[in-house]
Amino acid sequence: MPDYTPNMVLTSDKQYKVVGTRPVRHDGADKVTGLARYSADLNLPGMLYGKVLRSPHAHARIKSIDTSKAEAMPGVRAVVTGADIVEPTGRASDLAEGAMINFKFLSNNIMAQDKALYKGHAIAAVAAVNAHLAEEALSRIEVEYEVLPPVMHAREAMADDATLVHERLAAGHSAATRAGGVLDDDDASTGTNIANHFEFRMGDMDTGFADADVVVERSVSTSAVHQGYIEPHAGTAMWHDDGNLTIWSSSQGHFTVRDHTARLVGIPVSKVKAIPMEIGGGFGAKLAVYMEPVAALLARKAHAPVKLAMNRTEVFEATGPTSGTEISCKIGATSDGKITAAEVHLIFEAGAFPGSPVPGAANCVLAAYDIPNTWIEGYDIVVNRPKTAAYRAPGSPAAAYCVEVALDELAEKLGIDPIDLRLINSAKEGTRRPTGPLTPKVGYVETLEATKAHPHYTAGKDGKRRGRGVASGFWGNNTGPSAAVALVNPDGTVTLTEGSPDIGGTRASVSQQLAEVLGIPVEDVNPQIGDTDSIGFTSNTGGSSVTFKTGFAAYTAAQDIRQQMIARAARIWEVEPEEVEFEDGVLKHRADDQLQMTFQQLAARQVPTGGPIVGRGGVNPGGAGPCIGVHIVDVEVDEDTGKVEIVRYTAVQDAGKAIHPSYVEGQIQGGAVQGIGWALNEEYYTNDQGHMVNSSFLDYRMPTSLDLPMIDTCIVEVDNPNHPYGVRGVGEVPIVPPMAAIANAIYDAIGVRLTVLPMNPGNVLEALWEKNGS
Amino acid sequence: MPDVWIPAQMQRITGAPDRVQVEGATVRQVINNLERMHPGIKELLYDEELDDLTPGLAVIVDGDVSQLGLMERVSEDAEMHFLPAIGGG
Repeated sequence: MPDYTPNMVLTSDKQYKVVGTRPVRHDGADKVTGLARYSADLNLPGMLYGKVLRSPHAHARIKSIDTSKAEAMPGVRAVVTGADIVEPTGRASDLAEGAMINFKFLSNNIMAQDKALYKGHAIAAVAAVNAHLAEEALSRIEVEYEVLPPVMHAREAMADDATLVHERLAAGHSAATRAGGVLDDDDASTGTNIANHFEFRMGDMDTGFADADVVVERSVSTSAVHQGYIEPHAGTAMWHDDGNLTIWSSSQGHFTVRDHTARLVGIPVSKVKAIPMEIGGGFGAKLAVYMEPVAALLARKAHAPVKLAMNRTEVFEATGPTSGTEISCKIGATSDGKITAAEVHLIFEAGAFPGSPVPGAANCVLAAYDIPNTWIEGYDIVVNRPKTAAYRAPGSPAAAYCVEVALDELAEKLGIDPIDLRLINSAKEGTRRPTGPLTPKVGYVETLEATKAHPHYTAGKDGKRRGRGVASGFWGNNTGPSAAVALVNPDGTVTLTEGSPDIGGTRASVSQQLAEVLGIPVEDVNPQIGDTDSIGFTSNTGGSSVTFKTGFAAYTAAQDIRQQMIARAARIWEVEPEEVEFEDGVLKHRADDQLQMTFQQLAARQVPTGGPIVGRGGVNPGGAGPCIGVHIVDVEVDEDTGKVEIVRYTAVQDAGKAIHPSYVEGQIQGGAVQGIGWALNEEYYTNDQGHMVNSSFLDYRMPTSLDLPMIDTCIVEVDNPNHPYGVRGVGEVPIVPPMAAIANAIYDAIGVRLTVLPMNPGNVLEALWEKNGS
Repeated sequence: MPDVWIPAQMQRITGAPDRVQVEGATVRQVINNLERMHPGIKELLYDEELDDLTPGLAVIVDGDVSQLGLMERVSEDAEMHFLPAIGGG
């Protein structure tokens, strides 16, 4: 195994005292000693235990539900079905804060109405005095189904005579308006499984391909995979006598939990308090709400708190995997490597309700390249599978798998180094993207150059059937509204309350930005995540946004404190505030060096000098900078068994500014590992009836530390000018390149292009046999 | 005048060209003026009940996704795009 070089920062020239260091995370001790409380850890006096009855069929009409026998059981305190949940109209609508949601589909996903749309779809729920009794009660619920043929794959669902998942689904036809909606009652149109079809066109495709000397065409398919977080979904609900509701759960956004639950139980958001518990992974899938409204409905009926917790099979069968896809592309280039035209066709399975990540795929797939003529087409298709949920850089990994393999073929045909081919065509500031807007300041060229110079790329390849592959991946990153409040304590520490659930070490990265402004050690900041009654609205922990937007909020709160402290020092010294400066945690008079006071000294005097000092940051910053990652992988392929072993792996990525390099590296490594699992092992195995048959971690094989070498990382820093410290999101892009990089490495090793994911031993052997004609 | 890029499907529905110069100092004003030039397009961009951009839609002004939507101010030489609002994972 090669030596592990922890980090290579390439272009940083600014020096900071706290930003860019690697402090121990504030929540670390509680997490490693078991004190941290996750969603299922909550226990309340008189609490009941809920269980959910789930559909045994992938597609069935619900003719009747009889809950009387379950309700009659001693110890059973409540039963709810789809009749108990608010079912809004089918019109897509915005939440006040801007997040689009179709509440009819959300409601129908949480609890089925007239049809079960996938195996595992919730049909009813029970609350009882213990979990065993609740489970027993489920078996007493009598459901009469009319079993319907399931439609499991996008191509099948797109056929004219396909079985319809929803008889009244309205077709969307615009990339600018997401899919989602049902036909009006007076609309005579027939339904469809094609929830949306859109395209982006730029330039002239005929001219572009006519100018090309070489054209490559490639088609791939990928299977649905799950986000695979360790902590299953769980939520606890308790009603108060005044009609208020408290929810405890782990999520990627407790304001979303509050808003969605309020809507589906029919009360104002002001009557719901959502308290965030620690989160054991989400990767996008905990942006969706599943359990909390059901727990609230049960608790309201039972007049007692109710906890609902999924088991692993429920997580697999009833929460969002990512889409299965079929993707094809055609790319043309001149003999000197300039790409003249590229078209990409994206077909994404959405699961049982519209809303696959195909818009994200379209937005990302060619965004890192400067191509004059482009055509990107996307389809969002409903099928009888669980509703897909976001998964790290939603849409981009599958799309990159197709295009980055095609670029490898193009490089081979042209006799050009694959990194050089990407450098020749790399987008730069001002390049027009295929979706229209101009590219902002980015570090694509710097990242590619760092990859080319990396010792892994220049090292020799030892051994038979060993191959090396590279691939690039793009993600645009996101932002949104965020809030932070900082309280100065009399001992000179600061209590920081922020609105973003901490998934990847953001307590530390956000605290570091506050500490940098105030000139205090980050250990003197005590960060906590506020509930929805304790902090201003903060958008979800998703889109790699938290260190950008909530860091911005903490920076703003710190600047607020800074100004207040300057005013207090001026009051104490009987001078004007303009005469006082604040530098490195020390307040100084600009002309009289006898007048100095540390942050800690002034903190101790805050109350008599004007009351408590509270810093506020409420922001909605634009300009989240996009980034790319470029991965290098060496594989060894066993031609007898088809097993692919990862021998060496390096991920190079632009972070803008790595506030906490260790957590940036952790994100890069985690994303790469998930991408490797997606590439080699993971898939939803479904039988003819549409049942997932590998719904446990024994059979759904995710990579472990024993399967992989150390994932080497290289952080490139090309600052984002829209953030005080230059931050770009880092959490998602590392899952984008692995599939294509590994496919390219396998080709280098054994001369076979793998076009089906996962590239498991069976698929590798089939491809080898096809190549060898056996 | 701001330069507005019209998404492909909206071009087909409304007969609008791929790019159009439209007067307006805010996104709201630009959409209202666009409607006068190409009737029917406002329905695709604007939700009257919400008094906001159509759900799921983002307006990109000079390369940045606007956080203010209809209220975003646009300069004389601004470039505007209407694209899907991309979330994340």
